[in-house]
Amino acid sequence: MATQHSRSAARLMMAPAVFLLLVWMLVPLSMTLWFSFRRFLPLRGGDQGFVGFENYTRFVSSSSFWPAVQTTLIIVVGILIITVCFGILLSLLLDQPMWGQGIVRILVIAPFFVMPTVSALVWKNMFMDPVNGLLAHLWRFFGADPVVWLSDVPIFSIVMIVSWQWLPFATLILLTAIQSLDSEQLEAAEMDGAPVLKRFWFIILPHLSRAITIVILIQTIFLLSIFAEIFVTTGGAFGTRTLTYLIFQRVLESQNVGLGSAGGVYAIILANIVALFLMRIVGKNLDA
Amino acid sequence: MTFKAYLASATAVSICVGSAAFAEQLTIATVNNGDMIRMQGYTDDFTAKTGHTVEWVTLEENVLRQRVTTDITTKGGQFDIMTIGMYEAPIWGANGWLVPLDDLSAEYDVDDILPAMAGGLSHDGTLYAAPFYGESSMIMYRTDLMEAAGMDMPDAPTWDFIREAAAAMTDRDNEINGICLRGKAGWGEGGAFITAMSNSFGARWFDEDWNATFDGDAWKNTLEFFVGMMNESGPAGYATNGFNENLSLFQQGKCGMWIDATVAASFVTNPNDSTVADSVGFALAPDTGLGKRSNWLWAWALAVPAGTQKEAAAKAFIEWATSKEYIELVAANEGWANVPPGARQSLYDNPEYQKVPFAQMTLDSILSADPNDSTVEPSPYVGIQFAAIPEFAGIATEVSQEFSAVYAGQQSVDEALAKAQAITNEAMEAAGYR
Amino acid sequence: MARAVTSQRKAINTVVAWAIGLLIFFPILWTILTSFKTEAQAIASPPIFLNFDWTLENYAVVQERSNYMRFLWNSVIIAGGSTLLGVLIAVPAAWSMAFVPSKRTKDILLWMLSTKMLPAVGVLYPIYLLFIQLGLLDSRAGLVIVIMLINLPIIVWMLYTYFREIPGEILEAARMDGATLREEIIYVLTPMAIPGIASTILLNFILAWNEAFWTLNLTAVNAAPLTAFIASYSSPEGLFFAKLSAASTMAIAPILILGWFSQKQLVRGLTFGAVK
Repeated sequence: MATQHSRSAARLMMAPAVFLLLVWMLVPLSMTLWFSFRRFLPLRGGDQGFVGFENYTRFVSSSSFWPAVQTTLIIVVGILIITVCFGILLSLLLDQPMWGQGIVRILVIAPFFVMPTVSALVWKNMFMDPVNGLLAHLWRFFGADPVVWLSDVPIFSIVMIVSWQWLPFATLILLTAIQSLDSEQLEAAEMDGAPVLKRFWFIILPHLSRAITIVILIQTIFLLSIFAEIFVTTGGAFGTRTLTYLIFQRVLESQNVGLGSAGGVYAIILANIVALFLMRIVGKNLDA
Repeated sequence: MTFKAYLASATAVSICVGSAAFAEQLTIATVNNGDMIRMQGYTDDFTAKTGHTVEWVTLEENVLRQRVTTDITTKGGQFDIMTIGMYEAPIWGANGWLVPLDDLSAEYDVDDILPAMAGGLSHDGTLYAAPFYGESSMIMYRTDLMEAAGMDMPDAPTWDFIREAAAAMTDRDNEINGICLRGKAGWGEGGAFITAMSNSFGARWFDEDWNATFDGDAWKNTLEFFVGMMNESGPAGYATNGFNENLSLFQQGKCGMWIDATVAASFVTNPNDSTVADSVGFALAPDTGLGKRSNWLWAWALAVPAGTQKEAAAKAFIEWATSKEYIELVAANEGWANVPPGARQSLYDNPEYQKVPFAQMTLDSILSADPNDSTVEPSPYVGIQFAAIPEFAGIATEVSQEFSAVYAGQQSVDEALAKAQAITNEAMEAAGYR
Repeated sequence: MARAVTSQRKAINTVVAWAIGLLIFFPILWTILTSFKTEAQAIASPPIFLNFDWTLENYAVVQERSNYMRFLWNSVIIAGGSTLLGVLIAVPAAWSMAFVPSKRTKDILLWMLSTKMLPAVGVLYPIYLLFIQLGLLDSRAGLVIVIMLINLPIIVWMLYTYFREIPGEILEAARMDGATLREEIIYVLTPMAIPGIASTILLNFILAWNEAFWTLNLTAVNAAPLTAFIASYSSPEGLFFAKLSAASTMAIAPILILGWFSQKQLVRGLTFGAVK
């Protein structure tokens, strides 16, 4: 192990960076905490002093709170399931030898580079529009009534749009994991006559578990705060109001910063619960 | 690198300022609709006349609203001119956040601004924003389809007539919907429409003690009528249709009638964009005989935030953009049908403009809307399709989301009204009204 | 990699993979195609795929209305600056966490990640007020700092996982040979860490490029990047699919091209660290 000397030297050298990092990250957090205890209405005289836990009780007792938490979880879990399942299938496929492998990979990765606002606009107007959208044309071509995506199946639509954006990320990480799989082991199993499903279940999936953990963790962080996709498509209507969107409504539409900040604190608490939950279930995978 | 660039640009700016002491650069936040974008094309005319240059920050309506509200409430000073609506102007004016426009030049002729517009953009009789264009709402209908249905549109129809005509015009096999109306959630979208419509059914947002009134019959009648009519004769998925979607449907010939902003008249009669440009008629928004029609009043207006260093230049721009000369400039280049409508009386006195088919009906609609007396029963608020209090945007957006869920068939009218009642009272309590 | 593959199986793989690849790419392709149509062709029924009159008119209109290059340049500065600054700050921190871990390391990492889940809009007003005080509104420097802070947890975490993969024995061997800490970092650690750092940089550049809340709300003219550019084309009066497509294409093209060129790097970097 490292000598006492080098260890303390490293500590000393790293301490300022860690300190800076923590302080910087404390800034927004402490500001949120501060404002969550204040009555702050920008359109009504601004900051009007401390109100104790009033914002916290008001935010939770609002009839929109629990449905929003529920919607958030449904959307996040839905997207995770889709991206992980299809990501595994897609990465298995892309690992196979084929002509033009490089180009196919590029095609699959591309959606990850598209800005969320742009992807939401494109999906909403050019695909999901019930009259002029491409999907409506497709449905009519087969003699069916076009689906009104954003009001008939709003959560599904949003899950689809966001999954499209994040599927490439999952595929990319899982693909690199599959590529590092020991092919001799697989071949040996193939020789032994192990059926495809068995090989997948007992060799490939365990190998991928760490990569899946990483995909789930990183995606959860980003998915808990998706905003642009909802703002552009449904504006929170039809039961698509997530916790993040509810906070947006409190802060910007209702112009109540204190209430919104209290919502922000709840969002962090929820995030930590989700993160702890994830760590409990899959955290051991991170210990490599 | 960035810092160097910053230094360089700071130096460049100071040199410019030094050489031309009175030429300033204005930063203007504006909305991305057709008339505003057209104005950006004429900015050179303003620069030639005054020497001031202009930087535009063009944003989509909802984003613009967030952006300028954040800036004005925190006194961020990012903009020298902001484009705001009739909802913001009186509230911000009352807070002292806007420069009063009480010293405009004589040539500008401030008295020429339509009284309804000036009234809606003022607080306590002081004008805080100059209207760039104004609108009410009216019926736009297909004269050919109306004729084929064997009916005759009166100038001032009732809702019952509209419902009957819509049913008669509907031809789902040929993708013709009798009526297209806004159902999209949002206080400025479907919320604005249903509120204006509810006025004609005798409803109001608040009673005189600021209690929500969604538990009354008037709101129930409004919603049931609306949903019933749209299910009979409206387009599929109307719960997500806003102004844009309906405009597009109407232009493609898929609507028999459309009740919406008067500014849409120039879009649906423009043969470049509209397949039905030759057969559009206009009528006043409907009523139910209770004394109020269901038309709204709105203006996009230019205002100067208090505390700007460039007040004189900003006022010069406002005088240019909302002047009679600007209207003539646009008319000379793009025809009278494309000038910004609804702001000035002189425009409607102009014989050239009177030839435009929708001019008179637009004026009549604007004149029949009174923000100070918009409801059948007395109400404590100013505004027709909104109540000019800071909390309204938030409340009405949530309420309209409940309504849109009704339109999409996800809940009943009664459920939505019960939720609307709770949401509104909850928010008004939080704001200290009740 | 000597797996015996028949050319028949290879052909099937190729067909299936291309079909799926094109399906996933299709929305982007359709947007690009639509940007070359006239507005009428863009909403034609039935839809037109290729046999339309290709026109650059939409691009001309968009370019005339907005100064694209300025938005683009701001995006490059903000995304690039925030990523580089973030990596500079994160490398030492991640290094110390990976090689001199304490009992709290895991907790600190988890906490850092969870601050990332704080909805940005909750702190809009506080940050806006702070920016006014510091004179940072509508400045690239201010945005570089904010975006850096937002992505910092991800950067630290990614680098941490990469650094952990570096075998400790190598470092010890270097120490036995009498290498100082400085030499250890420069000659031993850095070469091994470069692929991981590169893919961290790439990933964060993309995330910073696509960040649309702060870049929109803290800018006006001078620092407005492509996200603000797109906000002036979404939902005007009327549905202008072709112009929206042209603006969208212009907004995503640079990052798309960068992503394509660096795809191999991205894959290699991720292989090294994040997964075993």
